[in-house]
Amino acid sequence: MQYKSQAVAKPYFIAAIGLFMAQILFGLVMGLQYVVGDFLFPEIPFNVARMVHTNLLIVWLLFGFMGAAYYLVPEEAERELQAPWLAIAMFWIFLIAGALTVLGYLLVPYAGLAEMTGNQYLPTMGREFLEQPTITKLGIVVVALAFLFNIGMTVLKGRKTVVSLVLLLGLLGLAVFFLFSFYNPENLVQDKYYWWWVVHLWVEGVWELILGSILAFVLIKTTGVDREVIEKWLYVIIAMTLITGIIGTGHHYYWIGTPEYWQWWGSIFSAMEPIPFFMMTVFAFNMVNRRRRNHPNKAAILWALGTAVMAFLGAGVWGFLHTLSPVNYYTHGTQITAAHGHLAFYGAYVMIVLAIISYAMPMLRGREAANSERSQVLEMWSFWLMTVSMVFITLFLTGAGILQVFLQRYSENPQPFMAVQEKIVLFYWLREIAGLVFLIGLICYVTSFFVGSRDAEVKIGSAATSPA
Amino acid sequence: MAQTFTKAMARNIFYGGSVFFFLLFLALTLDTNRTLPELDNRAAITEQVALGKRVWEENNCIGCHTLLGEGAYFAPELGNVYTRFGNSKEAIVGFIKSRPKDGIPGRRSMPQFNLSDEELEAIAEFLKYTSEINTAGWPPNTQG
Ligand code: HEC
Ligand code: HEM
Ligand code: HEM
Ligand SMILES: [Fe+2]
Repeated sequence: MQYKSQAVAKPYFIAAIGLFMAQILFGLVMGLQYVVGDFLFPEIPFNVARMVHTNLLIVWLLFGFMGAAYYLVPEEAERELQAPWLAIAMFWIFLIAGALTVLGYLLVPYAGLAEMTGNQYLPTMGREFLEQPTITKLGIVVVALAFLFNIGMTVLKGRKTVVSLVLLLGLLGLAVFFLFSFYNPENLVQDKYYWWWVVHLWVEGVWELILGSILAFVLIKTTGVDREVIEKWLYVIIAMTLITGIIGTGHHYYWIGTPEYWQWWGSIFSAMEPIPFFMMTVFAFNMVNRRRRNHPNKAAILWALGTAVMAFLGAGVWGFLHTLSPVNYYTHGTQITAAHGHLAFYGAYVMIVLAIISYAMPMLRGREAANSERSQVLEMWSFWLMTVSMVFITLFLTGAGILQVFLQRYSENPQPFMAVQEKIVLFYWLREIAGLVFLIGLICYVTSFFVGSRDAEVKIGSAATSPA
Repeated sequence: MAQTFTKAMARNIFYGGSVFFFLLFLALTLDTNRTLPELDNRAAITEQVALGKRVWEENNCIGCHTLLGEGAYFAPELGNVYTRFGNSKEAIVGFIKSRPKDGIPGRRSMPQFNLSDEELEAIAEFLKYTSEINTAGWPPNTQG
């Protein structure tokens, strides 16, 4: 670790992993409710488990992004963080606010929570992913502002690299587009229109800048390839992201009461959205093949390559699958959407956060560059268990989705939703089994932090670092 | 990438391209907002419909259902439930009102929300308004 203040990243990463574990447990609860309808009813109804599952996902990814920024910005800017104490203070505020919100979901009926938190004064609750009480949303804005100040001042006063500028731009965009969560008009069509400015412009816009810059940082550090080359790639990738992704928002404006020309704009531009993801894959493999050194942290390189491949599969391939309007007419709001949502979030954002944690954690824990052989082997096992099981979750949901579309929307005699769900229950059982394997993978991942802590570090040139 | 393609060129494409397409997006948004009154059934938005939307939100119906295809995939689409229930608000009210407190054994269950009559009427009116938004022919049939 080159700068003392980088250490503030550590609690952020630990919290991220803890919340990830909780997210998966609630995922498994829902997976069971899909097949055993009255499981935990009425104590934890499905909608409550879903809020907890998706909100924990967003929150732990944000913890991961913030930890990544606190770790890599001092190194890029070549100076200590502006205000390390502020980063620690914000950590506790964010963690406590998050915990209280989740406890609120679990312990109070949602309508009661809305009343307690004064939703009637500025109604923002009850929309997918934005279920947090308005005061929690305001808290998120405060944390984001303090965070941006801290990172922004560090960048401005220090060396300005493309990696840190792109990261800053992405984080700034994240905060700006979140402000649309406060706009909730009575007109449902307008409500939905701007809801996507948070959701789509996040995951297919500014978050991709964050993804690209963290990936670039890890590749610079682990491959030793010339920074100039990597930064040029980064610019081209994020240029393609925004050129295709902004108008690509139109793929959500086909059937919600918006003008029909969005079917053209949305289909054409979103069909090009896989391009930047494909470039990211080519980029990552190219850089690793042209590496100037063999970094001893093999696990981190595995995550970096993995995120490039899986993001392309989940966002690029599974996104393209249902993005053209004539296809989306049938697949809109089915298990196909859920399949894509899982693989895209996992491949792009879960894996990049795990990549930076894998790269940074050994240093944050006082090692020189990497964990012991035993720890890395277990971490790589967890990589394969989680990644392969997520591919299977996606395949089973895709199978369920194809049958659902056929039976409910495409066949001669369309059947009611509930009748169709009963017919495809086998796929949901298989998804739940794959989810259990995912949990085992996650347990291996957590265990890898406690295994071989006293063993010697993997050294460059030893067997474990032979070219992948 | 060839040497003739410099980092400065890549940077300019990024800034130029992003700004251009963001402005184009804003222009399309402006035009959309101009066209919306013909499509979004705003004439039907009464105080009752607005209350219905609040009841919808404050009970997190979107956590199980889709509405115009967005939301959760655990329970039926409700954007067109008004037509599926034979253009009957009473049927909607009756359904929501009659959910057993402890669910239906073995079946995916919907909670009993204990809504007041005013709230029930409002949510039914909200779902009627939603079903009359011009959604370009979606969903493909009444099953949603
Ligand atoms: C915990 C999940 C859950 C929540 C939350 C929920 N529902 Fe449901 N809803 C269901 C399920 C499951 C069904 C299907 C019930 C059945 O067929 O037995 C259903 C069915 C319905 C139907 C009938 C649809 C049809 O086509 O048969 C209506 C209308 C409805 N819900 C309205 C609402 C409203 C309004 C809210 C919010 C106040 C709401 N639901 C919240 C789970 C939920
Ligand atoms: C990492 C990037 C991405 C992530 C994390 C992501 C995630 C998601 C999620 C969670 C949804 C469901 C939203 C909801 O609940 O309504 C969704 C919907 C959708 N995504 Fe993506 N996505 C990504 C990239 C893409 C790309 C590149 C494409 C197109 C090529 C795409 C096409 C779509 C479409 C068409 C829908 C709407 C599905 C429907 O009609 O129900 N996505 N995405
Ligand atoms: C153990 C494995 C998991 C199981 C069993 C599981 C299960 C589920 C279920 C049942 C839903 C609700 C679908 C619906 O609305 O009907 C859901 C939603 C969601 N889950 Fe998971 N999940 C798991 C892991 C994950 C992981 C690792 C991620 C992150 C990558 C994730 C991200 C999401 C997202 C983004 C949604 C919203 C999807 C959408 O609206 O399209 N889940 N999950
Ligand atoms: Fe999108």
